[in-house]
Amino acid sequence: MAFGRAPLIATLLGDTGGQILLALLITAAVLVPVLNLAVPPASAFHVPTYVVSLTGKYLCFAMLALSLDLVWGFCGILSLGHGAFFALGGYAMGMHLMREIGDRGVYGNAELPDFMVFLNWKELPWYWHGFDNFAFALLMVMLVPGLLAFVFGWLAFRSRVTGVYLSIITQAMTFALMLAFFRNDMGFGGNNGMTDFKDVLGFNLQAPATRSALFALTGLLLAAAYVVCRGIVGSRLGRVLLAVRDAESRTRFLGYRVEHYKLFVFTVSGVLAGIAGALYVPQVGIINPSEFSPATSIEVVVWAAVGGRGTLYGAVLGGILVNFGKSYFTGALPEAWLYVLGFLFIAVTLFLPKGIVGLIPGLIHRRRTALRKKQAAASPLAVARPHTGEVR
Amino acid sequence: MNALQNKPEQTDTILYIDGVTVDFDGFRALNALSFYVLAGELRAIIGPNGAGKTTMMDVVTGKTRPSSGMVYFNGTVDLTRLDEARIANLGIGRKFQKPTVFENQSVFENLELALSGKRGVFESLLFRLNGEQRDRVDEILETIALTAQRHDRAGSLSHGQKQWLEIGMLLMQDPDLLLIDEPVAGMTDAETAQTRQLLTSIAGKRSVVVVEHDMEFVRELDCRVTVLHEGSVLAEGVMAAVQNDERVIEVYLGRGD
Repeated sequence: MAFGRAPLIATLLGDTGGQILLALLITAAVLVPVLNLAVPPASAFHVPTYVVSLTGKYLCFAMLALSLDLVWGFCGILSLGHGAFFALGGYAMGMHLMREIGDRGVYGNAELPDFMVFLNWKELPWYWHGFDNFAFALLMVMLVPGLLAFVFGWLAFRSRVTGVYLSIITQAMTFALMLAFFRNDMGFGGNNGMTDFKDVLGFNLQAPATRSALFALTGLLLAAAYVVCRGIVGSRLGRVLLAVRDAESRTRFLGYRVEHYKLFVFTVSGVLAGIAGALYVPQVGIINPSEFSPATSIEVVVWAAVGGRGTLYGAVLGGILVNFGKSYFTGALPEAWLYVLGFLFIAVTLFLPKGIVGLIPGLIHRRRTALRKKQAAASPLAVARPHTGEVR
Repeated sequence: MNALQNKPEQTDTILYIDGVTVDFDGFRALNALSFYVLAGELRAIIGPNGAGKTTMMDVVTGKTRPSSGMVYFNGTVDLTRLDEARIANLGIGRKFQKPTVFENQSVFENLELALSGKRGVFESLLFRLNGEQRDRVDEILETIALTAQRHDRAGSLSHGQKQWLEIGMLLMQDPDLLLIDEPVAGMTDAETAQTRQLLTSIAGKRSVVVVEHDMEFVRELDCRVTVLHEGSVLAEGVMAAVQNDERVIEVYLGRGD
């Protein structure tokens, strides 16, 4: 129990998995850029720039998985449309990067991005104004996904849509957005999306130093996002969320406005997903409507489930590992990947309901039991005490 | 005939239900139901399945809106206009038929979540338990005989203990009125006796409405009994009188048990 200490610090001190994760993220944020920039390419310790960006991409996916775990693992909201928030954050960043290109585009138009020139547009649509300003773009990165999550959540939770019905409408939401963003008239580059970015804040996006900086930023922001999520779930609010997940009507009859709690956490989650998307775009160099595709959002659920639902760090781990696996398999056996993913999801659901991180306490427990048995065998008088369940 | 002959003084009536009708797609779950509960009273509600006992609780707690009728709490508050959370915060606690506790949290945490106080999102985010509130949880733990289990996961409790925990959660809300649906279903005789003591000790300071099928238990509660049948009050009075009522015997006691 947290007495005398700030609750957040006390929460973090009680979270071993989280401590390991934070340590790893901060180490990586420092070490990877050093190994990329300061170590000569000939050295075995050199990290090539493409690996930096690839790993940075995994961290963005990990942040997306984290944001999903916050709502799914702790509040039981199975969103099958979280990719939409990610994509909107990505598009907001993409729009800024498009404006940054200026007259260096193929058509050399200082005002209009190439795809608008190509479509014979004469002037910038109203919703593109302001995106040349980096601070404005950052605000939109959080505001647009946050607002969508808020409005969607307000409508859905107020009408008490739950369970599979909620999942279906989140899926419908991302699908609808995908169709909308595919249209050229929308002014977001249609099915090609946005690409050919040149620089951000004046730094060349192709330069290893920029790539390393983006990686470090992603690592640190993921760590910060983790702390925010842990702070939420470690507070009383977090326990109300668990209560909603496990017995919604009980919570309601205790006097909690369940819809407000859901709305809060769903909106926070949407904003985090948006930030993840914004970090993703400069590192992969493209954003297009496929990020809205329903399958992408479903994959996010698989990441969180594989890593370990309801732990936060498990989702981060899952986001990294599954995407690493995806990169490997799509290179080695392109046709096999979807089967592997499907198999993975089924296997985890059946055999590892707590995901990969759920294995760890089990292994420790088994070792301890084995150790105790050994001791008991060594001294016949000693009685092996039975394991008495979890100790708080 | 009807128990509701004299309208009571507003001040000593905690719950006043008048002419409440609930229709579910043509099925009339409550049919002009009228009865009242006094402040501090212990009241038992019995009736065959489908008599409208649970629907009555749904109406009082804001889950179901009646198609007509009035439900007043403390004389002045019209409950038919409010939602569940609001009604709970006014001081009405409800225990479900199937014991419902937060299985993945400790007994202590279950009670702490039920602690009366501000229920807003941001209040919860910044909430810290103070010593006084901790004492209050300890006190209720004592009342429901779960002090030894305080750190156990609620899901690991026995069925009877879960029932008590849920009653304890209601007490943490500090309600004026407790609606308790089948508190002794599935309990051993010893647990049943303990539950009876618990409920009788709560009444007096608070009003308690108990819906129960166990006739022996209701008899031992030794309180006023309201018999519901087909969505309205069939009889009301002390158990002995109700048991000898011809119509009650016909529709309820005469059948089966």
